[in-house]
Amino acid sequence: MTADLTWIDTALKSARPQAMAALLRYFRGDLDRAEEAFQEACLRALQSWPDKGPPRDPAAWLIFVGRNSGVDAARRSLKHVALPDDDSLTEDGDVEDDMAERLDGAQYRDDILRLLFICCHPDLPNTQQIALALRIVSGLTVAEIASAFLVSESAMEQRITRAKRRIAEAGAEFATPGAAERGERLGTVTAMLYLLFNEGYAASGGEAHIRAPLCDEAIRLARLLLRLFPAEPEIMGLAALMLLQHARTAARLDAAGQIVLLEDQDRSRWDLDLITEGLALLDKAMRHRQPGLLQVQATIAALHARAAKPEDTDWAQIVQLYAALERMQPSPVIALNRAVAVSKAESPQAALEMIEPLAPALANYFYFFGVKGALLQQLGRNEEARLAFDRAIALARTPAEAAHIRQHLDKLSKTA
Amino acid sequence: MLYAILCYNDEAAVQAWPKAKDDAVIAKRRTVTDRLAEQGRLGPVLRLMNTTTATTLRYGAEPVVIDGPFAETREQLLGLYVIDVASLEEAIEVARGMAGRNGDGGSGAFEIRPLRAFIPDTAQRETMIS
Repeated sequence: MTADLTWIDTALKSARPQAMAALLRYFRGDLDRAEEAFQEACLRALQSWPDKGPPRDPAAWLIFVGRNSGVDAARRSLKHVALPDDDSLTEDGDVEDDMAERLDGAQYRDDILRLLFICCHPDLPNTQQIALALRIVSGLTVAEIASAFLVSESAMEQRITRAKRRIAEAGAEFATPGAAERGERLGTVTAMLYLLFNEGYAASGGEAHIRAPLCDEAIRLARLLLRLFPAEPEIMGLAALMLLQHARTAARLDAAGQIVLLEDQDRSRWDLDLITEGLALLDKAMRHRQPGLLQVQATIAALHARAAKPEDTDWAQIVQLYAALERMQPSPVIALNRAVAVSKAESPQAALEMIEPLAPALANYFYFFGVKGALLQQLGRNEEARLAFDRAIALARTPAEAAHIRQHLDKLSKTA
Repeated sequence: MLYAILCYNDEAAVQAWPKAKDDAVIAKRRTVTDRLAEQGRLGPVLRLMNTTTATTLRYGAEPVVIDGPFAETREQLLGLYVIDVASLEEAIEVARGMAGRNGDGGSGAFEIRPLRAFIPDTAQRETMIS
């Protein structure tokens, strides 16, 4: 009988961000060497843990072993490099009792933030930031990331290699960040995590409209960030927003894979555990009275989550919240969302007037034409609605999006 | 004699379990708890939300509200209350009341943690979220 060793996989996966982050510091920002050292440590864990059981602190174990194995590798490959102190090398014995470096929380915190921050280096385009984070922080294989982004494995390999090179050229900052800089880094990291989440929530291409594993990973990293920065309301907002949106996953597509709009979703299929956790986090964030973009968006998601039936939705409040978002960050996409809320709270006519000026900015935006078509349809302007829907189909990024618009067109032909 | 069995594990690792694994663990536990329930020997069963949802009220000279779970190691878990309130704010007020004025000379901490599932007694077990 073979013992169930999946616990090792799970432990390695959950220790990975911390361990990689510390190894990256130890190897002064050399991502490849940190990865190699981590791999080596994982191999040793697979040899040692089944017999000895899990160490008390798997991340610390992996850091210690990885550091030493990395040193071994460096010794072999670069003979001219000065040898490290002997006291940083130990035998393979009981590593845990002989931990050279007891890592405290603050150290972990800055390590992980640095690791995430390096992955979302401002020199890198968004797609590279996300790919790199999935590779380095989450430990997804290149093949897994390639399939998530619908590119070939070799193309993704290239993309990641290029990103790494760019980071190496830019040089990573290893001084402990000051308060202002830490805040800035956190902002960059939360933005990247939300991008990652969105890529899973509404895929930007390919067959699958929702890629739940990307959402799960984004949530996992947000929770990690929250454990490290327990008093940051925007991180609470980020986690709450993701949880509240992800809670609807099971209801967002029907059995045939067609998109089900929020108002038509079977709300009994929403995940109550995720919703209550999201609401609890939002409650915590509100106490800080430091509103931010993510908290406001989470508040909107919470108003939907709290409505047992679509007609219970507090649309007037949602209009206000979108207006607040627009003040914080003027954007035609937010204006479009506010218009949708206005169509519910006031009238489709008022909403249509609001979106007209957005047309130039959103000329290639699928949702703009979907919304415009739906509003025109509600106003009985069927011919114009048809034109808008046709445009939306042309801009659809997934088969599910196109199919959803086709349903509208079918309805139009029936009423015509 | 009444006993409480407190569950400890690596939260991040448990969180990473796929749903099937989580369900399997609960099912395994239920082979024990279901038997106790039949005998009328099972009290409240509860599952706490993630520690990231916790807020801690530390009391002493001046009560302080801290984001995050209770994190000291020199104090021990001595008891717990389950309360039904509308918001975290209200829960904090309840905890403040319990701490009394300036801790009334004592000091300690109340960790306030939302519950993910609560099965108050054996009669309501079918509502269990497993």
